[in-house]
Amino acid sequence: MMKITQRAELPKGREWAIRAAAVLLSIVFAGTVIAALGFDPIKVFAQIVNGSVGSQMRLNQTILKAIPLTITSMGILVAFKMKFWNIGGEGQIMMGAMGATYAALHLPPDLPPTAMLAMLAAASVICGGAWAFIPAYFKAKFGTNETIFTLMMNYIAIKWVTYLQYDLWKDPGSLGFPRIAAFPPSAVLPKLFGIHVGWIVAVLSVVLVYIFVNHTKKGYEVTVIGESVETARYAGMNIKHVMIAAMLVSGGLCGLTGMVQASAVEKTLTYSLSANYGFTAIITTWLGRLSAPAVAIVCFAFAMLIQGGAYLQIALLIPASVAEMIQGIILFFVLGSEFFIQYRVSFSRRAARGVA
Amino acid sequence: MENFLAAAVAAAMPLLFATLGELITEKAGNLNLGVEGMMYMGAVIGFKAGFATGSPLLAVLGAFAAGAFGAAIYAFLTVALRANQVVTGLTLTIFGTGFAYFVGKGMSGLSAPQIVRDFFMPVGIPGLAGLPLVGKPLFQQSVLAYFGYAITVALAIYLRKTKAGLNLKAVGENTAAADASGINVMLYKYAHIIAGGGLCGIGGGFMSLVAIPVWQEGLIAGRGWIAVALVIFASWQPVKALLGAFLFGGLSILGFWLQSIGINISQYLVEMIPYIATILIVIVSTRKNRKEDMAPADIGNAYFREER
Repeated sequence: MMKITQRAELPKGREWAIRAAAVLLSIVFAGTVIAALGFDPIKVFAQIVNGSVGSQMRLNQTILKAIPLTITSMGILVAFKMKFWNIGGEGQIMMGAMGATYAALHLPPDLPPTAMLAMLAAASVICGGAWAFIPAYFKAKFGTNETIFTLMMNYIAIKWVTYLQYDLWKDPGSLGFPRIAAFPPSAVLPKLFGIHVGWIVAVLSVVLVYIFVNHTKKGYEVTVIGESVETARYAGMNIKHVMIAAMLVSGGLCGLTGMVQASAVEKTLTYSLSANYGFTAIITTWLGRLSAPAVAIVCFAFAMLIQGGAYLQIALLIPASVAEMIQGIILFFVLGSEFFIQYRVSFSRRAARGVA
Repeated sequence: MENFLAAAVAAAMPLLFATLGELITEKAGNLNLGVEGMMYMGAVIGFKAGFATGSPLLAVLGAFAAGAFGAAIYAFLTVALRANQVVTGLTLTIFGTGFAYFVGKGMSGLSAPQIVRDFFMPVGIPGLAGLPLVGKPLFQQSVLAYFGYAITVALAIYLRKTKAGLNLKAVGENTAAADASGINVMLYKYAHIIAGGGLCGIGGGFMSLVAIPVWQEGLIAGRGWIAVALVIFASWQPVKALLGAFLFGGLSILGFWLQSIGINISQYLVEMIPYIATILIVIVSTRKNRKEDMAPADIGNAYFREER
């Protein structure tokens, strides 16, 4: 008979070995699927790698995709640490971008860029944080289910920004195109080493979130609440206060992603700006097991898949959707592998003989 | 007005199937956020099956099978391997969308074959279709819409009046207790998650076979998420899901309709209403603590017998 028992804590090395095995297995499986579809799997994987890191330009493209994903994931991480299921990243990105856009289009355009960008960043953090505050307040106060609440907030934000783009904020100078005016040059993030400075924001966010979670009192409280609300209450922590504060950080970081994307990439506000980063970040955060450095690595790997997938279309005329499928397959395997980290599957003698 | 209502009912049907699918999934204690992905899978396979065979029945079966296949992956991961439900569901949405875009690559913009489209044309139910105001909107619809009504009633009876339905409720409310009382928890979970995914697939198939009926990328356009909202809006009751689907379907076209009669309000603002309404319901139901309006208590929790 097959028997499943809960494992005692595995050494970290073994844990990651199981995950690596899962990724390998998933690549073999995805390769089989690709072969069955009539493509050469080795070529496909080689082109995904080549397309994402094969040249300086492609690497830059990959980093451009890793930036929003990383900043958002750091925001999600803070919430997840507390077992607050913030799946409202999309909406928080949108509202952050909206705040930044409002500032960019209303502040005097001849402000020094540093002051301008600081204002944009502040506006985005405030708006993203405020958007996250609403579900956080209801969760803290009444125990309202945050999963559904934050999910719904995404679509309200997206519809709202669509409305802004098509109606309220539509640029009269755009000849009827549903478009919001472009940012003045002072509100566009400058480049450093060929990539906009969002990469510095991303690196800083990883470092700061790591320090926050592991080396500050508030971060410690967040972790304790995540592990057991009872323990936290027994230790005399102000749970509501910590929960709301952590969600302000979470939403603020997601909002900051919105500012980076609006300022550096789109140079305006569009309803498609969040580009599913809010959802993808949930997956990356989970796969990185809520550890900031691990999550950052997963984000980069994901950005490679997104960028490499887009390249497939150019290099091999294979639709980019194949990359999405591969992404899904790899994720399914890694998600499944967690089981083998947490549980031991053993077979009793009789079953073993049956197999032999 | 009649035309608006008829269009609202037609817009409601994809939502209805997906909502009923997610409803029985959640009744089994699983929150599957892969509805959008399963609808895409159903839409593309339903379309392809209809295109290849010219058979409306095979098209609908194909849509069901595709959604069920997606749900089966989700079920295996969350039930057998106890993976996180939210993350697995979101992954299913990525996978399903990629799957659909890939399968549909060469068919973008094609229409369903004439024979299939004819089969799904609105047909009036004699007697009922002549009723004033509601007759045409409700009873001058595609056969697949009538199938939706039938499923709604069948599920309402199943959940309330049958032993299996009550067992299902027990599984969702308290999996451990259901297991202890001898209910085959695993069987119930798998059966309802997979059947639920199949219904989501038919919801997608409704889009590509009846509503548009063309395969194109972006076809589902967030309807899966509205379905997730609708389940809560309907407080996990099939008949309320039908009414809610009419309401949300109506809202999805209300702005355009108002503009056509000269009232200028942005469609995008109108489209916010379903989500706001769902949030309000979530808030009110938690505050009132009314059991019958709340999610199944054991939703989202992976079940492990030895931890009982």
